[in-house]
Amino acid sequence: MKKENLNWEKRRKYITYAVVLLTVVYILQLFKLQIIDKDYKQWADSNAFLNRKIYPPRGVMYDRNEKLLVYNQPAYDVMVIFRETKPMDTLAFCRAVNLPIDKFRQKLADVKNQKLNPGYSSYTPQSFLTQLGNKEYGILQESIYKFPGFYIQNRTVREYNYPNAAHVLGYIAEVDKQNLADDNYYIRGDYIGKSGIEKQYESYLRGTKGVEVLLRDAHGRIKGKYENGIHDQDPIAGKDLTLSLDVDLQAYGEELMKNKLGSIIMIEPKTGEILCMVSSPTYDPSILVGGRQFSENFTELANDPYIPLLNRALNGSYPPGSTFKPLQALAFLEEDIIQPSTAYSCAHGFPPGNGHPACHSHPSPLTLVPAIGNSCNSYFCWGLKAMLENKKYGTIQNAMNKWRDLMVAQGYGRSLGIDLPGEKRGSIPNGEFYDKRYKRWNSFTVISIAIGQGEVEATPLQICNFAATVANRGYYIPPHIVRKIKDTPVDPFYTQPIYTGINAAHYETVANGMRWAVDGPGGTCRGADIPDIEVCGKTGTAENKGKSHSLFMAFAPKDDPKVAVSIIIENGGWGATYAVPIGRLMIEKYLNGAIAESSRWMEENMKNAVVLRNALPKK
Amino acid sequence: MPYRKSNIWLSLDWWTAAIYLIMVIAGWINIYASGYDFDQVSIFNLSGRAGMQMVWILTSLLIGFSILMIDSDWYDIFAYWIYALVILLLIATILFSHDIRGSRSWLVLGPVRIQSAEFAKFATALAVARLASNYNFDLMRMRDFIKILPIFFLPMALILLQKETGTALVFLAFFLVLYREGMSGFILFSGFCAVLFFVIEIRYGDVLWGGTPLGKWIVLLLIIPCISFILYDYEKGRQYIRYFLIGSGVLVGLAVLVSLFFIYDLCFVVLAIIAIITAVLLFLFLKYREKHYLYIVAFALLSVVFIYSVDYVFDDVLEPHQKVRIEVALGTIDDPGGAGYNVNQSKIAIGSGGLWGKGYLNGTQTKLKYVPEQDTDFIFCTVGEEHGFVGSVFILLLFLFLITRLIFLAERQRSTFKRIYGYSVAAIIFFHLLINIGMVIGLTPVIGIPLPFFSYGGSSLWGFTILLFIFLRLDASRNERL
Repeated sequence: MKKENLNWEKRRKYITYAVVLLTVVYILQLFKLQIIDKDYKQWADSNAFLNRKIYPPRGVMYDRNEKLLVYNQPAYDVMVIFRETKPMDTLAFCRAVNLPIDKFRQKLADVKNQKLNPGYSSYTPQSFLTQLGNKEYGILQESIYKFPGFYIQNRTVREYNYPNAAHVLGYIAEVDKQNLADDNYYIRGDYIGKSGIEKQYESYLRGTKGVEVLLRDAHGRIKGKYENGIHDQDPIAGKDLTLSLDVDLQAYGEELMKNKLGSIIMIEPKTGEILCMVSSPTYDPSILVGGRQFSENFTELANDPYIPLLNRALNGSYPPGSTFKPLQALAFLEEDIIQPSTAYSCAHGFPPGNGHPACHSHPSPLTLVPAIGNSCNSYFCWGLKAMLENKKYGTIQNAMNKWRDLMVAQGYGRSLGIDLPGEKRGSIPNGEFYDKRYKRWNSFTVISIAIGQGEVEATPLQICNFAATVANRGYYIPPHIVRKIKDTPVDPFYTQPIYTGINAAHYETVANGMRWAVDGPGGTCRGADIPDIEVCGKTGTAENKGKSHSLFMAFAPKDDPKVAVSIIIENGGWGATYAVPIGRLMIEKYLNGAIAESSRWMEENMKNAVVLRNALPKK
Repeated sequence: MPYRKSNIWLSLDWWTAAIYLIMVIAGWINIYASGYDFDQVSIFNLSGRAGMQMVWILTSLLIGFSILMIDSDWYDIFAYWIYALVILLLIATILFSHDIRGSRSWLVLGPVRIQSAEFAKFATALAVARLASNYNFDLMRMRDFIKILPIFFLPMALILLQKETGTALVFLAFFLVLYREGMSGFILFSGFCAVLFFVIEIRYGDVLWGGTPLGKWIVLLLIIPCISFILYDYEKGRQYIRYFLIGSGVLVGLAVLVSLFFIYDLCFVVLAIIAIITAVLLFLFLKYREKHYLYIVAFALLSVVFIYSVDYVFDDVLEPHQKVRIEVALGTIDDPGGAGYNVNQSKIAIGSGGLWGKGYLNGTQTKLKYVPEQDTDFIFCTVGEEHGFVGSVFILLLFLFLITRLIFLAERQRSTFKRIYGYSVAAIIFFHLLINIGMVIGLTPVIGIPLPFFSYGGSSLWGFTILLFIFLRLDASRNERL
């Protein structure tokens, strides 16, 4: 062995002392933690925290006249903490909440299913039933002590004062998997805006959830707030919205549109504010407030062949038909292709003799203003031909692209940026589009776009926005539905005018044409004439696979316009048949506040008219 | 010497075997408790963690039994081969491992996943024991000391590359073994001083006392008694050491008095004193030509350099999460929601256990999933919560008994190889205890290593079983031959 043997004994002792010392130090620390420190002992008595979410009230919505449209009502959710459940009278529970026992079992299984409910833990409250009815709440509240592990959580649901504007307001529903993945603000059982304003303004409306940190004992009884609530966070209420919508006008529009498919949009040209936005068929928004009725009602709406969930005003794309002609006039004038005095002849169609597109009987030749008034197809076909064949553009492709630019400048073929989700762009073709479609093409190939047919499509919103642009003689404010968010400045995008770049004088000419259509000889929408109000309008009869759509756009009065409107009645035939009278009634209702006695017959006729194509069952 | 084969069952140390059995079963029961849920499967169900741990325990017993059946000479002879094999395994792990929770320590062999680092401990212990037991190997010689370091630094470095800092640190336990085998206590003392200085500097580094940074000042002051202590150890009872201490004390006292009227950095005074002492020691070296004076001068200078570079190391070398864990353990930051979350929840769980605990399966803190890694690294939480102070102390005393028993067994070996191996086992278990329990009760930084025999995990349990049973086998044949 080694030298200095004495030393080894000492070293063995030192090592042993080190081990003993460490054990003593650790025992002392354990003594401090487990015996001396009272904090931990307190937590021993009340060993778990319950983080109870406090839901803020969702922002409410008013119409432009401060009428309350959407508000909140208390509702009750049933939560379950599996860890605390004990064998209980399941039947009594099912009776209290009016739930079949097999559904009860199914729901329990669903909550525990990690695939459906990734945040599942048997120690934390899980959403079991949402939106208990008042009656069920009353019964359950009294007997909840018999069902250990089940709790009632208060929250609020949407309540509606008017059965109108469902598409605009939108609905809220429980968050889905995608919502949960996209934004970690949400937990299972939360509500989120799914369409309309509820979706678009979700971040304003929802507010911020608060949390209450509670202490519970081993039996799950709440012992009060943890450290007197210093860890609590108060919820921040959602922001209230004031809409530009006039709910009375909206209700009136919806009544006129009953039993018809289509839409009505009205815009205040000076502000871009949407006064009403009707999409028909519609539904009562209060049937989609969640709870157990939600899925039934939603399924029914989703399976309806007339697609009531579709907001046709934004999401419908139609051939604009003759409402497209004023845009052509503006383009040709701006490009110096025609002058207001330019006259083209028409012999029941274009090209003369061939008759495609055809035209109705009217005096010939016509200058621009009466051509708009009489809605002469040939005039605008000649104009487009002159533009596309003009040498100054070099090629027809260049001419076509220039034309496209002028249409886009007027708000077509692109989304206008309305503050509602899902706006369609419509469609405006350009040179490349036709190059791809045809080996060779000339102005005759594409001529039908001059009269809003063929490859051209527009949304009712774009058509109404164009009417507002003419009303403003050359600019529009992006159309929007929310006028004011409480305590929040308005988005400058919705206050700045957007100019089309086309000379205001040309707009005056077009306005004259649209006025002629209402009160001039041979005008196509003489039915829109209202005594003492100078209405300017333009009809449209959009050909499509079925019966033509009936269109009308207008603004009034001619000088200092207060309102722009666009109407579309799907498969309504001539523009003058349905769209014009409905438009006229809407204008009269808005500007005069009431319908004159002399127009009552028209109102009755429109309300009672049924214009439904034979609905095809959805696949 | 007479040669006789002893009966393994008669000569086996049944005390150690019994403690081993108690520990693995206690661990198994606590693993079940920490995963216990309302609709929990049975403790025997193999789809639960407790059920799997039962499998690990049964296989461990089989492994232990096999080890006891193998002739004890085998380990001595094959020590280096086993070591080489494990080193290859460690390298393979780095090359082929999959990243699991930021660590690259899992080697996947078909359906089996092993943590090779757990097997490096016994292999390294064998190699260290083998080398240090060579005839004429003397750890008091610098040359031999340097020769043995790579044996455990190599696996340590490889495990660091696997990002298993905790397991790598355990290999420092071999210094304790080397100390027993003749390494200068000066090295151990320096290591201890380094940790102490580091802790003081980080804890009080930002505190200003007049014009003096408190942390540095305390450390610099401590260097003087440290020098005196080492000097005292080398030359018993030399009178001048007393003058060092008295003189320094008077000077520091004066300096503090002056600082009451005139604010300045007291560190400079202490630095000056240290400079004077080192000058004296250098003079003594030149006069007597004894090497230990140089060692002490080096210690003093390195200590000063160390203390002035701690901040740099702490801020720029350590990774942010390591830094935060150290600060939480030292209490310089209190962040129960963030970095200190684990430790805070673990302390609440243990603290809420009280004297007798909440009773088996009644712990709520650990089960509310507040404590992460509750059945692996934080298993002691469950013991503390459900079995209280009494249960925790019982487990600690069990470990104390095991380690001291191992030291006792090691000391009774007649072969150096067996003794060194025995000390290695004791030191490794000691380090695990130090780091694991220290972390759980909030005294050491959070370093993820398992509690031997308790924590959930096949590799860990197998590793410790092999480590312990090889020694039991060696001990059982202690009388066979020398």
